[in-house]
Amino acid sequence: MKVNGTLHPLTEPITVSALLEQLGYNPQRVAVEVDGEIVRRADFGTASLCDSSTVEIVGFVGGG
Amino acid sequence: MKLTINGTEREVPDGLRLQDAAAQFCVPGCVTILNGFQTNENIVLCSSDSVTLIQKGVLPPADVLEHMMASRHSPKVHQAVKRASVGIAGLGGLGSNIAVMLARTGVGRLVLADFDVVEPSNLNRQNYCIRHLGMAKTDALAEQIRDINPYITVETHCVRITENNAAELFRDCEIVCEAFDNPDCKSMLVSTLLDETDVRIVSGSGMAGYGSANEIVTRRRFSRLYVCGDGVTAAQNGVGLMAPRATLCAAHQANAVLRLILGEQP
Repeated sequence: MKVNGTLHPLTEPITVSALLEQLGYNPQRVAVEVDGEIVRRADFGTASLCDSSTVEIVGFVGGG
Repeated sequence: MKLTINGTEREVPDGLRLQDAAAQFCVPGCVTILNGFQTNENIVLCSSDSVTLIQKGVLPPADVLEHMMASRHSPKVHQAVKRASVGIAGLGGLGSNIAVMLARTGVGRLVLADFDVVEPSNLNRQNYCIRHLGMAKTDALAEQIRDINPYITVETHCVRITENNAAELFRDCEIVCEAFDNPDCKSMLVSTLLDETDVRIVSGSGMAGYGSANEIVTRRRFSRLYVCGDGVTAAQNGVGLMAPRATLCAAHQANAVLRLILGEQP
């Protein structure tokens, strides 16, 4: 599996939620694409990732 | 040969020079702009040139005024931006500055949305004045834009933007600037618009404090998202939001919008 261009091998499927927690992202403050499609926040707990997935995560910080 | 002067095509002698054209069609010593560049040189003109002659202190007719306002743009920009429709979500430190820059650039239609009113702590970075205190930001910004560029359309929505109304609010926009303060709302807007519409989004993330200006960048993420800022410096206890860096991030966003309109990658 690739996350933001970096290899992140998976031995078994995980959810987007679990990946965000592993990587230390706040799920309220990210936008996530899996294989080119946006994953809505409501689906983070069910969207499943496998070793062939390509994941992009953008984190947002406050201020504007 | 035919030559366009102040937006009007005229018949002029071949080999006519710029300063000679100024004396003939305006007044000697007026401001002379050739293809977006102000110059005092007496350059030989050709029929593909765009010439603008401005007599200072004289208010020209409305159609000539619009041409003059666009005369310092790079050539061919004006026609492209005039056709564009851009949304701005949030009219604070980022959004108010982006809106004014895009208005000066002549973007034909701006859709501005914010629920809030102008209050004193906004004035350290947001594009409002003392006379706007207490006014809805949508009204205060629309008033200023009318005074800067009356030739564009401004549509305002004094509402809180949510995942339920975002797609509808910006449905006719080709590009939307995410200009919120709250990072949860930034995430909500980007996810909602990328999922429910075809817009391209230019977002701001990380512009607090007075760290180096060189850290503010524009990066493409996903296929339709561009993120401007340093990506890390959050507004937080002890790190305020200040005009130079906030405006710099807003300028990155406005420039990214301009480049997208003109078919370039930011």
